[in-house]
Amino acid sequence: MSTATDTQRKAPAGERVADWADGRLGIYSLAKANMRKIFPDHWSFMLGEIALYSFIIIILTGVYLTLFFHPSMNEVVYHGSYEPMQGIKMSEAYASTLDISFDVRGGLLVRQIHHWAALIFLAGMFVHMMRVFFTGAFRKPREINWLFGFLLFVLGMFTGFTGYSLPDDLLSGTGVRFTQGAILSMPIVGTYISMFLFGGEFPGHDFVARFYSIHILLLPGIMLGLLVAHLILVFYHKHTQFAGPGRTNKNVVGMPLLPVYMAKAGGFFFLVFGIIAVIAAIASINPIWAIGPYRPDQVSTGAQPDWYMGFAEGLIRVMPGWEINLWGHTLVLGVFIPLMAFGLVLAIIAVYPFVESWITGDKREHHILDRPRNAPTRTAFGVAWITEYVIVFIGGGNDLWATHFHLSLNAISWFVRIFIFVGPVLAFIATRRICLGLQRRDKEKVLHGRESGIIKRLPHGEFVEIHEPLGPEQLHTLTAHEQYKPVEIGPTVDENGVERKVSALQKLRARLSKGYYGEDNQIAKPTVEEYKEITSGHGHH
Amino acid sequence: MSSQEIPEENLPAEQGPAHGAVEGADDPFADPGLPAHQPRIQDIDERAAKRSERAVAFMFTLSMLATVGFIASYVIFPVDKIVYIWPFGHVSALNFSLGLTLGVALFAIGAGAVHWARTLMSDVEVADDRHAIEATPEVKAKVLADFAAGAEESAFGRRKLIRNTMFGALALVPLSGVVLLRDLGPLPEKKLRNTLWAKGKQLINMNTMEPLRPEDVAVGSLTFAMPEGLTEEAEDFQNQIAKAALMIIRIQPENIKDKREREWAHEGIVAFSKICTHVGCPISLYEQQTHHVLCPCHQSTFDLSDGARVIFGPAGHALPQLRIGVNSEGNLEALGDFDEPVGPAFWERG
Repeated sequence: MSTATDTQRKAPAGERVADWADGRLGIYSLAKANMRKIFPDHWSFMLGEIALYSFIIIILTGVYLTLFFHPSMNEVVYHGSYEPMQGIKMSEAYASTLDISFDVRGGLLVRQIHHWAALIFLAGMFVHMMRVFFTGAFRKPREINWLFGFLLFVLGMFTGFTGYSLPDDLLSGTGVRFTQGAILSMPIVGTYISMFLFGGEFPGHDFVARFYSIHILLLPGIMLGLLVAHLILVFYHKHTQFAGPGRTNKNVVGMPLLPVYMAKAGGFFFLVFGIIAVIAAIASINPIWAIGPYRPDQVSTGAQPDWYMGFAEGLIRVMPGWEINLWGHTLVLGVFIPLMAFGLVLAIIAVYPFVESWITGDKREHHILDRPRNAPTRTAFGVAWITEYVIVFIGGGNDLWATHFHLSLNAISWFVRIFIFVGPVLAFIATRRICLGLQRRDKEKVLHGRESGIIKRLPHGEFVEIHEPLGPEQLHTLTAHEQYKPVEIGPTVDENGVERKVSALQKLRARLSKGYYGEDNQIAKPTVEEYKEITSGHGHH
Repeated sequence: MSSQEIPEENLPAEQGPAHGAVEGADDPFADPGLPAHQPRIQDIDERAAKRSERAVAFMFTLSMLATVGFIASYVIFPVDKIVYIWPFGHVSALNFSLGLTLGVALFAIGAGAVHWARTLMSDVEVADDRHAIEATPEVKAKVLADFAAGAEESAFGRRKLIRNTMFGALALVPLSGVVLLRDLGPLPEKKLRNTLWAKGKQLINMNTMEPLRPEDVAVGSLTFAMPEGLTEEAEDFQNQIAKAALMIIRIQPENIKDKREREWAHEGIVAFSKICTHVGCPISLYEQQTHHVLCPCHQSTFDLSDGARVIFGPAGHALPQLRIGVNSEGNLEALGDFDEPVGPAFWERG
């Protein structure tokens, strides 16, 4: 048990257990690097935690639901305790969901926690992703982790979709039908994929069982792997931090995992779980008993998917019904283009880190976060992307907008059709101007100090406003950001008159670089000379 | 194109204490270093620390009580008890009490832990060094040499026959898995082209389950029908109704603008597929005055007085019309199947 160097004392029980584990797992070496690992503090770093914890909640509640749910489309006649459905024919999947809701004590609560947590999971990932985007946290060495996170978001959407399709109710069945229609639009392979996915014609008798295995095993299995990889990389890279006194690219400033973050992050899990439980207690979600079992010839009005599918819904709603019939074949562009656009819009944000690093040519590691204003073009691009997302999302609920705000449905659809293209451009221009304005204000603040709000009257009658100089900590924080110079192509003819080849790609990069870092596209941060010139002179004015 | 071509001077100066500007203490923007720790009241005043301790303990106790409440609710409330609770309305007593007690039990643990961390655990900020992710040149050289040695010993590059056949085998073996997927479903063949409708099949009113007679169909009403012989008990009812669902309206014959529609109608009674040609939702909203129908899913709008052509929305083509007549018993009957596939368009539709 003890080694030769050990003292004669008998180690406490906890230590002996740890010794035993260390001899087999090497836990001391693991703990040495991680137990007192430093994490920086910022409210925005909690967004990813919300996603992580809701994922755990989803797994816990999901396992419970599998104990009662029957993933079968066999037809049964309902004889449970929910009176309005007595004697109605429905699938076993729908009937067992009614049982979970009305006969299993606490079943409804777990179902509602599961569904609410799914919505919050997707929302948490989305907002976390935006936090990472706008602060440039995706830069080297974190590009791969950005992709892992992106994949988690995409897989999360499909896991959610396959999940809410399981009860086989009228609303979700309509969503599955929409998916089948979209699959049919794929050239050449569409009908085959549809037949293979549904085991024949729609709806068939197979899709609930198949979606079930996708929803509870295939997708969450992949996601769990990605999630673990995502967290390992967060630990390995160490967390990013905002610029500030004492914070450099070569350190990480904050508080240790044990005890502060154990308590804070562990506690936060319970806070998230607790809030979701309260939501599930007071707010009903997906009341399938009010919707009825699925019938392909019936539908309800105001049908909406879960929020994360609203984007796909919007694309399909506002697209004009283009169909090309040639040589006995149909190209269903009216459905296929939205299907492609769905992937394209997501792919654009996924590849952005690689595009930006190509434009900057920067191969250094970045651990200090950007304030969004200090990366105006990136910020403007991100806002344009969100604008696109939101506009299409509005299109996804065009009927609800029309009925709630007494607007013309057609007008809303046309608004979306136009602003799908115009909106992001306007958002880009406006955001960049705002960013540059904020940069100017920071510069002003550094050079002239903070507005004190005190107006002083000078002996000769002039009024001046007193500015208070910033302390060294603020001066440092406001000037700590990096500024790139635009890439120059340089002379295309060398001193001997020999022409140098400049590829179109190089030209494109130079133009993009100018767009990002050109004179008008970022405000040069104050220099020491400027500062000294102003502060050493005739005081404030 | 590699980014090595970008000259170094385009990159911002490496973050140093002086930002590469004026060196030394002269720099007003220099990093002043970590600010001194500001003690909290709990750090100085033991009574405040005691208060925090009690607050944390209160939270944890509250959680325990809430868990007891959860178990009590589980036992006390019957699963079907509905109560009125302002402002939530009529809610399940069990769901409400279980959710609230569970929520409090969980939240209080979280609140206690966070309060503990914020008020009583050390909040001194510590700096940890970062180390480059990239390996040192020595490590890299060692790894490359090891790899070269391993590759050399395997003779992978030298014995091309082994390499090529191995690639071939590895490329082919997943095919078995692909082949196994074949029985996921049948081939499409002509399945999407036909419905249950055929010459002589009577139109069954889906409300009454009786054959539909012309006099049952009033101007301004919308009737749904399915083919004679199909029952809700049928094994393939869902698949059949997904294609065969029919909507029937009556229009004054002189108001029917489309010539073929008028010919395929019976005394102004027209029958169209109920399945939207966009992505297959059932169409259910009918505007009597204009004879427009609207799909509630994606708002495709069709003019049933003009060959059901699309007048708004994302649908790509008109709803297929079913040719109808009256049989010897005076019931409406189909004069054949639809002459084109119903529902969403697909590649083979043509």
